[in-house]
This record gives sequence, structure tokens and C-alpha cells, in this order.
Amino acid sequence: MSQTSTAPVATGSSASGGPRGTRRTGRTGRLARWAPWACFAGAAVVVGVLWPLFDLNVALFVLYTVVLGTLAVYLLTRTVEGSRQATDRLVTCLVVSAFGLAMVPLVSLVWEVVSRGAARLDGEFFNSSLVGIVGEGGGAYHAIMGTLVITALTTLISVPIGLMTAIFLVEYARGRLKRAITFLVDVMTGIPSIVAGLFAYALFAIFFGPGIRLGIMGAIALSVLMIPVVVRSAEEVLKLVPNELREASYALGVPKWRTIVKVVVPTSIAGLGTGVTLAIARVVGETAPLLITLGITNATNLDPFDGRMATLPVYAYYQLTQPGVPPQFATDRAWTAALVLIILVMGLNVVARLISRFFAPKSGR
Amino acid sequence: MSSTRTTPPSPPGTGRSVRRPGDRVFAGTAKGAGILILVILAGVAAFLVVEAVPALTAPAEEIPGDGGLVGYVVPLVFGTLLAAVIALLVATPLAVAIALFIGYYAPRRLAQGLGYLVDLLAAIPSIVYGFWGIFWLAPKLVPFFEWLERNLGFIPLFAGPASTTGRTMLTTGLVLAVMILPIVSAISREVFLQVPSLHREAALALGATRWEMIRMAVLPYGRSGVIGGSMLGLGRALGETMAVAIVLSVSGGITFNLISSGNPSTIAANIALEFPESSGIDINTLIASGLALFVITLAVNMLARAIVNRRAEFSGAN
Repeated sequence: MSQTSTAPVATGSSASGGPRGTRRTGRTGRLARWAPWACFAGAAVVVGVLWPLFDLNVALFVLYTVVLGTLAVYLLTRTVEGSRQATDRLVTCLVVSAFGLAMVPLVSLVWEVVSRGAARLDGEFFNSSLVGIVGEGGGAYHAIMGTLVITALTTLISVPIGLMTAIFLVEYARGRLKRAITFLVDVMTGIPSIVAGLFAYALFAIFFGPGIRLGIMGAIALSVLMIPVVVRSAEEVLKLVPNELREASYALGVPKWRTIVKVVVPTSIAGLGTGVTLAIARVVGETAPLLITLGITNATNLDPFDGRMATLPVYAYYQLTQPGVPPQFATDRAWTAALVLIILVMGLNVVARLISRFFAPKSGR
Repeated sequence: MSSTRTTPPSPPGTGRSVRRPGDRVFAGTAKGAGILILVILAGVAAFLVVEAVPALTAPAEEIPGDGGLVGYVVPLVFGTLLAAVIALLVATPLAVAIALFIGYYAPRRLAQGLGYLVDLLAAIPSIVYGFWGIFWLAPKLVPFFEWLERNLGFIPLFAGPASTTGRTMLTTGLVLAVMILPIVSAISREVFLQVPSLHREAALALGATRWEMIRMAVLPYGRSGVIGGSMLGLGRALGETMAVAIVLSVSGGITFNLISSGNPSTIAANIALEFPESSGIDINTLIASGLALFVITLAVNMLARAIVNRRAEFSGAN
């Protein structure tokens, strides 16, 4: 669009022609701004006319319109403005449609989950467990509570370790140890969740014998996934604290550890809160590690040191894959569980954003 | 402790300051937490090895299937790689295009919000992707698979017979592609933002169109970042469990046929499907396959991080 730089050539050779419009002779002409839109509108009309002939559906209609419109824009630009501009427009069309394409899964997924999950989003779902339920009714009280217990436990384990590691990396560590830890934290972010679950299982199976299922195992598995996320985000935030604040504190004779506790951490508390909340959002939807460390029950068990527990993602998985004889009721419960899960995750994301907005340090300047 | 003596903003300039006990305890705790990370990572490897040993040493006939441990794990590794590679091939170009859109094409005012929309894809739990894949995407792809079988059936990939449920390797790859899209695009976006504006402005000032500017200034600069980002996505796709476990219809064996209902499973999905009902040596076998997955993802992630970090070191206007 910023191609007015070629203007000298254009004005020189086309003094007689109009500055705008669709002159077809010169390669220095300019298309009107609305021309690409007109191409797409025309393509939509053409495809719409052909709709009955080819028995199209909405997806194909959009697809053909975009392809035809892009082609039209390309050819029109090529004849009027030359091949360089044409390539430019072609890429613009491709890039915009790529973004549109990426929105299809998001929109369809949210729509699907909301429309299917809303059916059972009622009081019973939140108030009753699955004890004695065959077929209709029943809820996910036990699974929701289980998820809360496990997530709280995971947070209790991960946040101190993650936060202290971040403080170590930013305030204390130097040289090889720092590089090694930073690198390994990065690598740890990539551990597959199922491997974390296997690790927790292997750890407990060695001490308590095979076949063990405990809530705490799930919390440890999730901690393996959560700690690196907390470290990364806390590290980024702590690095942002201006050095002047630390130096001012040292100048007043404050010990380093009190400087960290009283100056550095409070300054970055908004960012830390955001990071921790996002880390919780990351692990709250994890299914695989809980599937192999917690299993599933139908009864409410809130003691993480005593046997199997239900959690929301695992509950959704089993309701979908082992629905029982009339599958409809369990499938409905599965979708509602998925909906609650999404609401939970999105809610945490929103909370994270609110934290960073409202608790951000007041800028003095 | 000696490393903590030379702290970054060096404390009071009286040479050797007094070590307060509070300082010592705090620094020790922080260092302990850092070292704990190393211990955890080593522990993950160690405990997996310990629990995998019975399967590694067991006679071949005790391993499920009839090929021994190797015969059990190899098709799973194949399935894992196949699904992840499909995901990568689909997601990378799309992610680069999205990163370019948000960085250079979208209206400035909207760009951040649109970026947040893409990031939302990363926030959705993987089990929900599984639900979406099996109920929405798979049925919608069935006509497409039939079309592929009719028109491109001569290519072994699309030999068919097309699955009637749509729960195929190709569907799985597409679901995985959607899941890794936000990671790849976020990292690409970050690298594209680091392109020195002087390079871009110079290209524009010489009369380049927007695409020529991107091709000459942005893409060469961001190439290693894109490669690293897509490898991180690959690592994620390799380890993805629930979506695959729900979507893919599994029959075992090695086949390149992407659109039939007989597919090799992936390591992670196989563990999730088999583990709850397994006991004894079967569990050890599953853990051995998990160890293989751990090693593969570790290698991919380390390589990816090395590539991304190398870029970070000489970023800036040089």
C-alpha cells in the first residue's frame, strides 16, 4: 500500500492517463482501494450462483469463494499493476485466509462444547456424585472437588519451588549452574504430560508396590509439569524489577534476603500472581497424568493420601469412552464436564489478566 | 556458597560485608530449589529406567504382542512420529502466516487482541480437543477422505478404504496441528518482532512491496526461530496424549495409509488406553515405551532450545 515510492515513474509515463482506475495498458497503474473487495464479492456471487449445480455446503462455498477471489485479485493486479504488486496481494490474501482458517477450530470448538454441554449445566451436576447412578442424573461434585484438591496441592508444591528457583536464577546464580538450570527448565517444559504421570507412578510403585493410586501421586505428576512454567514466568517478571530499587535498599544497609522479600517480590507481585494463575490454568486441564496416577471413582474422596480420586478431566474422559448402556446420559455429563473445564481454564486466564491489570505497581513517573 | 559472594548489584562497597545468617539461609534455600530442578529431571529419568528394567530384561514371549519389546515399541514409535510429522507439516506454514498476519498485516489496533485469540487455542485442555476431534472434525472429514480415496487413491497415503467414522491418522494429525499452532506461531511472532526495524525500513525505502520486505528482511532473520519453534511444537505433538487416545481408531501395525480405520497407535495414547487395565509386566512394558517417548522428546526439545537460544544470543541490530 505504501507504493507511492514508484510515483515518479508512474507520473512520468502516464501523464495523459488518469491517476486512478483500471487502465489496462501500463504496468504502473493503480487499482482502486475497493478493487480487491469487489473481486471477493464477485467471487461470492459466482460461487453462490453455482451452488445448486455442484451441491455445495457452507465450508465449500467459503473455500471456493476465497480461492476464486484470490485468483481474481491476483490476475487483476497482475494486468494492471504488474507482477510484483500481484505477488504482494496474493500473499496478503493467503496470510489473511490462514488466520481465518485458524479461527475455524476455535469457534467451532467453543460452539460445540457450549451447545452440547449446556444441557446438563444444572444444580444436580454440581451437587451430586455418581454413587448409585445408572443412566440419567448424577453429577460431577466428586470430580470437581477432586480437581480442586489436586490443583491446590499441586500449587502448594510447585509455587515455593518454582519461585525460589526463579529467585535463585535472577538474584544469585552465575555461570555454569545458572545456564544449566535455565536450559533444563526449558527442557522440562517439554516433558510430555504422560511421562510425568509415569514418573509419579514409578516413584510410588517402588516404595508402595505396583498398582498404587493416590491423590498425592497426581499432585506430584502435575508439579513436574507446573514447576517449569512457574520458574519461567517468575524469572521474566523478576528480571523486570529495576536494579535501582535493589541498590537503594542495599544503600540503606538492608540485607540481601530482606531486599528480595521486601522490595523485589512486592514490586513484581502482580506479574508473579499472573504467572502462577496461568500455570494453574495450564495444569488444571491435564488428563493423562491423572488418568494413570489417580484413576477414577464414583464416590467422593477428598483425601489425597487415601486411594483413588475422581478429577474433572478424567471424569469427562471416562463418561465419554465408557458411557454405559444408554450412552446418552453419560455423554451429556462428559460434555458438561468439558464445558466446566473450559470455563475454569478461561476463568483462570481472565483472573490472570485482571491481576496483572489491578496489582501492577503504580508507576511513579 | 562462593558463587553467592559475587552478587550482581554488588552489596555495600565495604569489601567483605558481614554474612548475616538470614542471608545464608535464604541463599541456601534458593540454591536448593534450583538444584531440586536438576534432581527432579534426573529422577524422572532414573525412576522410569528402574521401572522399565523388568520389561527390558524379560523374555520376549512375556511382552504383549508377539515381537518382543522391540516389536511392541517400534509400531508405536512409528505412529507417534507419523502423527507428529503430519501435524508439523500442516501447522508450520499456517503458524508462520498467522505470525506474519499479526505482526505485519493486521491493523495495529487489533493485532494484540487477535494474537490473544490465537493464544486461546493453547489454553484449551487437550481432552476437549479430543471431544471436538471425534464429534465435530472427524465426521466432517469423512466426505473429504472419500474424495481423496476416489481421486488420489493411487498415492499409497490415500489408498483407503476410507474410514466411515473419520477417526484416522490424518484427522489425528490435523487435531494435533491445531494444538501446536499457537506454540509455533507465538515463537515465530516473537522472532519476527525482533527483526531490526532498520532492515525493514531500508527494504521499504528501496521500493520493496510488503511481501518483498518480508521475504528479504523478516524471513531470513526469523528462520532459525521458526525452525526452533516448530521443533518445540513437534515435541508437544509427540507427547500429546488424550486427544490422540480419543480420536484415533487403533489397530496396530505399521502403515502409511492415512485415511483408513486401521492405524498404528502412538506411544502416549497407547499408555493412556492400556495403563488403567494393566498389571505386572505389562505396566513395565508401558513404562519402557514411555521411556522411549521421554528420550525422543528430550532430544527434540534440547535441539529446539539450542536453536532458539542461539538466535537469542545475537539478536538485536547487528
